[in-house]
Amino acid sequence: MLHAIDVNDFCYATRAFGAIPGPSRSSFNTWSRNLSDTLIEIRDVDFSRGDRTIFRNLSLTIERGDVTAIMGPSGTGKTTLLQLITRQLTPDRGQILVDGINVAALNQAELYRLRQRFGVLFQNGALLTDMSVFENVAFPIREHTRLPDSLIRHVVLTKLHAVGLRGAAQLMPAQLSGGMARRVALARAIAMDPDVLLYDEPFVGLDPISMGVIVKLVGQISDALDITSIVVSHDVHDVSAVADYCYVIADGGVVAAGTPAELDAESSELVNQFMHGLPDGPVGFHYDAPDYREQLFGAEKD
Amino acid sequence: MLRDIWTTLMGFLHAFGGMCLFFARLVRYTPQVVFKRFSLVVYQVYNAGALSLVVIMISGLFVGGVLGLLAYSSLERFNAEDTTGIFAGLGLVKGIGPVFTALLFAGRAGTALTSEIGLMKATDQLSAMEMMAVDPLRYVVVPRFLGGVVAMPLLTAIFTSIGLLGSHLVAVEQFGVDVGSYWQQMQNIMDIDDVYEGITKSVVFGVVASLVAVWEGYNSAPTAEGVGRATTRTVVVTSIAVLFFNYMITAIYI
Repeated sequence: MLHAIDVNDFCYATRAFGAIPGPSRSSFNTWSRNLSDTLIEIRDVDFSRGDRTIFRNLSLTIERGDVTAIMGPSGTGKTTLLQLITRQLTPDRGQILVDGINVAALNQAELYRLRQRFGVLFQNGALLTDMSVFENVAFPIREHTRLPDSLIRHVVLTKLHAVGLRGAAQLMPAQLSGGMARRVALARAIAMDPDVLLYDEPFVGLDPISMGVIVKLVGQISDALDITSIVVSHDVHDVSAVADYCYVIADGGVVAAGTPAELDAESSELVNQFMHGLPDGPVGFHYDAPDYREQLFGAEKD
Repeated sequence: MLRDIWTTLMGFLHAFGGMCLFFARLVRYTPQVVFKRFSLVVYQVYNAGALSLVVIMISGLFVGGVLGLLAYSSLERFNAEDTTGIFAGLGLVKGIGPVFTALLFAGRAGTALTSEIGLMKATDQLSAMEMMAVDPLRYVVVPRFLGGVVAMPLLTAIFTSIGLLGSHLVAVEQFGVDVGSYWQQMQNIMDIDDVYEGITKSVVFGVVASLVAVWEGYNSAPTAEGVGRATTRTVVVTSIAVLFFNYMITAIYI
């Protein structure tokens, strides 16, 4: 059973240990929900894969402490945007600023220091398959701190308790269901108490119960840990339940932005089609193709 | 036609240059990995070495046996069967031992390394490490590379020893060559340079086989087909490279 108190418990526990040194916590300590300031800014970004333009002049901001949803039809570059923010990819033009730092200008050591402030939940969990659940969650702590094993054990069990999987600590990833793997990956993502949590399609392929658990965890963890969260998803209903602010991305840029309620009332055809799951509209049912009749009978005429 | 040859040549040079730079990075990270992640290296020596022991020992026994058979049947025509030990010893220590071990290593441990790293890439495990600010080159690739480099000379020594035993069983136990002549002749003719040649080959083959295996895995396309192709390329490239370096090193020592 998942209780809000679980998350608060483990926040208290990890803070009380004063356990995890590492990246700067200055921004974290001064954060306040009433103080609206930008943590991530994407400025005039162009990005292409081969001949295909993914983003053209993309600009958006992520406010500190918010749960920001990046939504849009499949193939519009939502995951690519996450990869640009974490510099798994580099933009062709423009800047991506995290806390005022241009991520494209960092060397590897600086980039890795910045990444210690990120927690990323991959679409498939991306658990290390040769390690147990416990060792997966302990992995970043062991790599970046010199905490004694007894303290690491406390921290890991606390994180696992928060996602309801303390009892699965000794299982191997192959023994987990998809939903459980996603929750373990979430525990690992918050193991270092990051400033920013990035969720890449966290609801895909889950049964309704697992999805409900993940939705609840996204909201609770964001509130309890004061984390800035970016949720990439095309699941309008579930992401709207937790998001403070949403961007809808299509055609290489932002086509709409606002709170879930504002987007729901948006009059744009594209946003309306996306928000209400209409099968046809600006995003056509058919992929671009030559005229149907001509393609079927054109060859016969020749 | 000319354009195809040019494209292929450029592709080869591009891949070769990439592999050289990759090798330079592995060498650069090696001291750090040895001092900070020694347990990972030890585990990979076990993984690449100990788990290849059975196939190496069985192959060594049969290869040594065949060498004994061929040497005995040839030398018998000149009434020189007492020198069977020389041929078996020189053949195994200088050439057959290191080459066979490297080829078997490529088929057993090399393919395992490539597919393991390739699958880690395909399932985003390497990306996850990068996002946790852990360099997969240092955590995953270098320990596996070093494990192969360390394991190869040890496996070669075992293959050669078991091969000599197999040759002994055939020549001495089956055909009745005098046991004293078998070992004494070998000892008289072989000198330390022959052993150095074998050691040099095993070290070079260890570097080549391990480098190709981790390179192919790390650069495989993140799909099932991509990992399969990379695994096949590991065997093909390693085999050709080992035979090439075998010729070069033999020529240098002669």
